[in-house]
Amino acid sequence: MIRRAWIPWLVLLVLAIVLPWLFYDWAHHRHAGFVISMLSQMGMMIILALSYNMLLGQSGLFSLCHATFFGFGGYATIHFLNAAGAGELPVPMELMPLLAGLSGLGLAIVFGAMATRQRATAFAMITLGIGELVATAALMFHHFFGGEGGVTTNRMIDQSLFGLSYASGIQVYYLILAWAFIAALLMRLQTMTPLGRMANACRDNFERAQFMGYDPRAVRFLQFSLAGFFAGIGGGLYAITYEIVTFDSVAAPLSANALLMAYIGGNMAFAGPVLGAILITLLQSGVSLMSNSWLIYVGVLFIAMVTFAPTGLAGIIMLHGPIWRAGRLSRLALPYLRLVVPGLAAVAGFVGFVELLSFLTIGSEQGKRLELFGSTIDETSAMPWIVAIALLTLGVVWLRIESRYFARVWEAVTADMPEARA
Amino acid sequence: MTTTPAIRLADVRKSFGATEIIRGVNLDIATGERHAIIGPNGAGKTTLFNLISGRFPITAGAIELRGRRIDALPPQRINRLGLSRSFQITSIFPRLTVFENLRCALLWSRGYHYSFWHLLPRQRGLNDATEILLLDLNLAMRRHVPAGLLSYAEQRALEIGMTVAGGANVILLDEPTAGMSHSETEYAVALIRRVTEGKTLVMVEHDMRVVFDLADTITVLVYGNVIASGPPTEIRANRAVQEAYLGAIAA
Amino acid sequence: MEVLLVSLLNGLVYGMLLFMLASGLTLIFSMMGVLNFAHGSIYMLGAYFAYESTRFLGFWSALLIAPLLCGAIGAAIEIWGLRRVHHNGHIAELLFTFGLVFIIGRSVQMAWGMLPMPYRVPAGLDFPLFTLYGLQFPAYRGFMLLISAGMLAAIWLLLKRTRIGMVIQAALTHPGMTAALGHNVPLVFTIVFAGGCLLAGLAGVIGGNYQSTEPGMADAMGPIVFVVVVFGGLGSLAGCFLASIIMGMVVTFSVVIDTSIADLLHPLGIAVHNDDLLGEILTVPVARIGALLPLLMMVLILLFRPRGLLGTRDT
Repeated sequence: MIRRAWIPWLVLLVLAIVLPWLFYDWAHHRHAGFVISMLSQMGMMIILALSYNMLLGQSGLFSLCHATFFGFGGYATIHFLNAAGAGELPVPMELMPLLAGLSGLGLAIVFGAMATRQRATAFAMITLGIGELVATAALMFHHFFGGEGGVTTNRMIDQSLFGLSYASGIQVYYLILAWAFIAALLMRLQTMTPLGRMANACRDNFERAQFMGYDPRAVRFLQFSLAGFFAGIGGGLYAITYEIVTFDSVAAPLSANALLMAYIGGNMAFAGPVLGAILITLLQSGVSLMSNSWLIYVGVLFIAMVTFAPTGLAGIIMLHGPIWRAGRLSRLALPYLRLVVPGLAAVAGFVGFVELLSFLTIGSEQGKRLELFGSTIDETSAMPWIVAIALLTLGVVWLRIESRYFARVWEAVTADMPEARA
Repeated sequence: MTTTPAIRLADVRKSFGATEIIRGVNLDIATGERHAIIGPNGAGKTTLFNLISGRFPITAGAIELRGRRIDALPPQRINRLGLSRSFQITSIFPRLTVFENLRCALLWSRGYHYSFWHLLPRQRGLNDATEILLLDLNLAMRRHVPAGLLSYAEQRALEIGMTVAGGANVILLDEPTAGMSHSETEYAVALIRRVTEGKTLVMVEHDMRVVFDLADTITVLVYGNVIASGPPTEIRANRAVQEAYLGAIAA
Repeated sequence: MEVLLVSLLNGLVYGMLLFMLASGLTLIFSMMGVLNFAHGSIYMLGAYFAYESTRFLGFWSALLIAPLLCGAIGAAIEIWGLRRVHHNGHIAELLFTFGLVFIIGRSVQMAWGMLPMPYRVPAGLDFPLFTLYGLQFPAYRGFMLLISAGMLAAIWLLLKRTRIGMVIQAALTHPGMTAALGHNVPLVFTIVFAGGCLLAGLAGVIGGNYQSTEPGMADAMGPIVFVVVVFGGLGSLAGCFLASIIMGMVVTFSVVIDTSIADLLHPLGIAVHNDDLLGEILTVPVARIGALLPLLMMVLILLFRPRGLLGTRDT
């Protein structure tokens, strides 16, 4: 008996299993390294983003040190693998991520006891302090963190429940996939437990929760610790995959990444962070190859979402649920089309502007030239600038007009549906 | 030897900075009593509630729940000892459904505490009890609606439900019928009477019809002092109360 | 002894620089509840604007132009950004300013590149003011002290002697009540946010050639300014001042302390080696972990006294 709600997840799982084989190079009998690498990265980021959302979306806790537990799980796993390689730790590879999770859990309990004494902004500040402290410590201390160079290992420990050597990328990928699935399932189930529900309750109204017998601090502490457990699992998989862990794994940029993925994907739906992790990883791999200004686009996208779509992509999708069920989705088709055209123009104009600017200042130093559809564009001449700025301005103006029309159509379609009013 | 009162306030004082809001209140509320606290705006009625339920600390005096000192305890500890309250401004979980709001209210008293291994959909007893509550509150049709989308009167009913769900036997209701129409008020009064059967009820109210309808005992609070306390007939006739508060209604 | 006096002076200079940055942030945080993550980025913009202004119009013009530009940018951020996000809650506001950090940071890199800018102390101020125990105290540092002291006086006058200052003070501790009394609180918010950014810009002008002007400076100054704001407490500029000086001293003094915890344990007969379990941590000289001390202090105060040194409300 398969529930309807499970179908998208099962489809995703099947896709994840099958995808590497779609890119398989049959002639040379090998997998596309790039695809496996990106899928592995996605798997780890899905775990990181989901575990982060246990705090942000589920509990209303804005943590700035989540990478700390991911990285700590990674560092610990490097040491575990080294011990296993030396014959001192008879744990199979398949269970290494579990040890990583327990390491993350341990550290989260220690730090959580401190951080969860406060809530809201004070909590965020304490986690900021913790994150910076650990990142700096990782750079300075050699025994555990290996200083600037990090710590390395060899994953050929020859201990496996299934007799696998994990020499090839595809085997590691399936290990990641299996653990990502297990972690996601456990985190999903956790949302349906008393603790999970009370975390939601405390997020919405901590005083009410108090007057129902719950100590919001205890709830925060437990959520924080469990989130650290799952983050640690992700870190363990990272260590197994790359066989090296450096201070990057506990640094602020990775914590920021977790925030981005959870928020852009949608922090109010369980699937949101999964969506966000996939999207951001794709964009990061793809866009950062083509452009230096990846961070600007991320920043603008992020700010746009915070301002106009705080429920994230998943939230936007779910908003259409009642409309789809009422069979009125087709009425939105044309209005959306009318939004898409000026939207694309505005985006094209913005990207053009940013890229031109980038090439004018940095790119010329690096000797690169701006290429578009095969022809080179001269960033010093006026024409490209005029085109970019014109597209951007016209796009934005037209978009504002169209969005008012769209709003009216939306109102009309959802007139009798209170749940679809954002 | 009289039985222990459900709530005892002994010379309770509360100051915010230099301003004294509660100026030495002495009050006993008997078990099973329906007790209304009335008084003009700014008298300190809600502050008194906040002190009893542990939301604010007292400046001096003592508060006892069935003989046990509770004035230094955090709200959740007081709640676990059997005291529950509702708020003047509706306080529910807006993003959770009506069903989940009520279910959460049942969790602690049913021993689930901080469990992260029980799957809620599978908890038969818990879910059945929630259903019964839903029916009792006449909210069964709205069970899957996010609580923030309910009408005002529905939200008030939900909050009353959440307040009594945990099985507390001392219930504090802060202006439960505020903002309600005549028919909504009648409905709410019937609901309150039903769900607080056999429990101790303490109520802050402005609607005099509700007060005289429900209460066994009325206490009048003016500027942080109790100026009268007794059965409704006594209060009606009390000159000081008439002057301070009731005015023409007392006729 | 020399070390003590020199460090005292340097600590004072650094502390006053911190105060210039932190005062704007405290005002914004206390009044609007928004912790402006982008404050360090505005500081960076101030330094870069000052550099450009100095190139074309000389240093003294930079003192005027850069802060004004930063203030204008702050006003724009508040009017078109923060105001819209306000109704989505505090976390949304935090996230908004968080996103700004990315945009500003990357824009600066794009416009000026990754290398430090040759933003130097102006020739007119580049001489030793006096000599203390053989070490020269540069006139520029005296100038910095002058500017920061002047700014402190200006803020004090504005708050205590003007009508808008009174409204700001009220809104600092009781924003809701101030609005209820009919004051145009949104306008006050814009003024305060723009003012805070103006102060950050000014700090950038004089800090940019004291430290180095490069894209990493926002990340370098950012955390410690948060520490000062939290340590000093909400709603109190006096607390902010105190915290700035304390942190300035802590950071400056820790650099010259070469002892470690192990050294302290030595006379007690306890020998700690680098290879022992916590050996690494215990043998580190304080100088190396100087940067961590403010963070440690922030975490501690949040745990035990969340309203900070002189704060009037809980963080």
